[in-house]
Amino acid sequence: MSAFSVTEPSARSKGIAAVLVFLYAFITLLPLLWIISTGFKTGPDSISYPPKVIFTPSIEGYVNLFTSRTRINEEDRATLSPPANFAEAIVRERDMVITGPSRFGERFLNSVIIGFGSTFLSIFLGTLAAYAFSRFRVPLKDDLMFFILSTRMMPPIAVAIPIFLMFRSLGLSDTHLGMILLYTGVNISLAVWLLKGFIDEIPREYEEAALIDGYTRFQAFRKVVLPQAATGIASTAIFCLIFAWNEYAFAVLLTSGTAQTAPPFIPTIIGVGGQDWPAVAAGATIFLLPVMIFTILLRKHLLRGITFGAVRK
Amino acid sequence: MAEVVLSALTKSFGATKALSDVSMTIPDGSFVVLLGPTGAGKSTTLRLIAGLDKPDSGDVRIAGSSVVGDMPAQRDVAMVFQQYSLYPHMTVRDNLAFPLRSPILNRPEDEIRKRVAEVASVLRIAHKLDNKATQLSGGEMQRVSIGRALVRAPRIYLMDEPLSSLDAALRAELRIELKRIHQDLGATFLYVTHDQVEAMTMATHVGVLDHGRLVQFGTPREIYENPVSTYVATRLGQPRINFLPADLFGPARAGATQIGLRPEHILQGEGPEARVIRVEHLGDQTRLHLHLAGNDLITLSDPHTTLKPGDLLAIRPEDPLWFDASGNRLP
Repeated sequence: MSAFSVTEPSARSKGIAAVLVFLYAFITLLPLLWIISTGFKTGPDSISYPPKVIFTPSIEGYVNLFTSRTRINEEDRATLSPPANFAEAIVRERDMVITGPSRFGERFLNSVIIGFGSTFLSIFLGTLAAYAFSRFRVPLKDDLMFFILSTRMMPPIAVAIPIFLMFRSLGLSDTHLGMILLYTGVNISLAVWLLKGFIDEIPREYEEAALIDGYTRFQAFRKVVLPQAATGIASTAIFCLIFAWNEYAFAVLLTSGTAQTAPPFIPTIIGVGGQDWPAVAAGATIFLLPVMIFTILLRKHLLRGITFGAVRK
Repeated sequence: MAEVVLSALTKSFGATKALSDVSMTIPDGSFVVLLGPTGAGKSTTLRLIAGLDKPDSGDVRIAGSSVVGDMPAQRDVAMVFQQYSLYPHMTVRDNLAFPLRSPILNRPEDEIRKRVAEVASVLRIAHKLDNKATQLSGGEMQRVSIGRALVRAPRIYLMDEPLSSLDAALRAELRIELKRIHQDLGATFLYVTHDQVEAMTMATHVGVLDHGRLVQFGTPREIYENPVSTYVATRLGQPRINFLPADLFGPARAGATQIGLRPEHILQGEGPEARVIRVEHLGDQTRLHLHLAGNDLITLSDPHTTLKPGDLLAIRPEDPLWFDASGNRLP
């Protein structure tokens, strides 16, 4: 009788696996750790060589991120009243005063509106389209599905110029609506294809039972299909949100003020008063949070979504 | 409760003809059982009545008016699916309440609670009411699915092999329960089964389908005693009817090529001698496998028989059924 078992790996292989997983996690998370730690460094610490792993934390980066400042000279400084709050105090030490809030808040809010707005729209339209493709006899179904997929075959930026011109003549340039429509347009093919797969997996008999139980088709869709497609909808929503949230090229091209999202804004912080890496890193850290939280909240669904077809039946 | 009339129903799926020209009247308060092998069109008939599929031609009338243009919800029918089709994201209680909460019925919650409790106790699933539908065993799922039909009082109950995955004891109990519902409520049933006991004990009428055609419709006794063809004759009877060359026991009736012998058509003790091949003791009955002049046949014997393989047994037909070369019954 050997100690070999099919189901239970040996302690040694478990140990090796643990080390590999830990190493992999460390390597992937290293840039993230670096960004988060840079956000809490002072300006000189952030560019010191060799890089500092151990440092005195400071929230200077975050203060700089959220404020606009201007330099003052020695005499003016003496005339000022004592700093009203901790942010003012930090800024004063660097011979500056706060002149107002920075644009980061609005840009971040733009990202939230455009990212979640386009995700919602992609999922809403995608679910209805996927249901129709899954259940009804749609004329030219296969061709339409291929057409939808084909919009994904070309890098979206390849059509940047036509889109730029279209947006300009339609008055959509630098508007929230324009960006929501654009990201929805890019995401919807992914959404339709993913969701169709999930809805195909739900047996029709459930809807048929609901039809006989006295419900209309739309009510059956809402009460029986949607709850069962929740897993698929959640994982599709994560994919859509990640794309819309991170998108940079179109955001640079099509937005400049009102509707500018965080990705094109964060690099511009660097130009305000020297190379302000802590402020950039602070912006990046805050920018990472919503998608991270959203993904962690839906993590259970995401994992189930990925293995959905494999475990069912 | 209502009379359901099918007239000249035809339905094809692509090149396959699922039903052709089926006409049948399901009288108000009757219990009609559909028999036939897989692919005979039994489930298609249920789906056309329920409105899940549209007939290519023909009409379905419930209580005198055509329902072909109606949505399933408007037809007021209940259906038990072979695959249970319980809503997996709901509890058993919510599954049972689902039809009563529909926009069409929309019963008050206290009535729903009462009705669900009644049905659950009849089907012995009261202790599972707060379980998720997916946490049930096959038999429990089937009972919930029957329950979802029974909470309503529809114009007709359509049931597609509703007792197939239950154990024998529960199946016998529910058979009686369904029969009681049929008798007490005067409910109309259209019921698909493969089980002979269900067909014989529950049905007021039996319809036999063959490749989408209704080949015979009558009382269970008629179907059993006067089948119109060899096909219908094989639908009922345990053990199955034996088909033998028409002239095996002497001169055949004009035009007959085979005779059909059920065990009660075989008289033991006189006639040509058959050899006993095997004796099966089933408890309440004993089956004899016999061999006679190159033909195998099965009949029944007294449960306490002393016959054993190798013995000889004289047999003679009595009032057999005569069939022609294409399997049709001769008068």
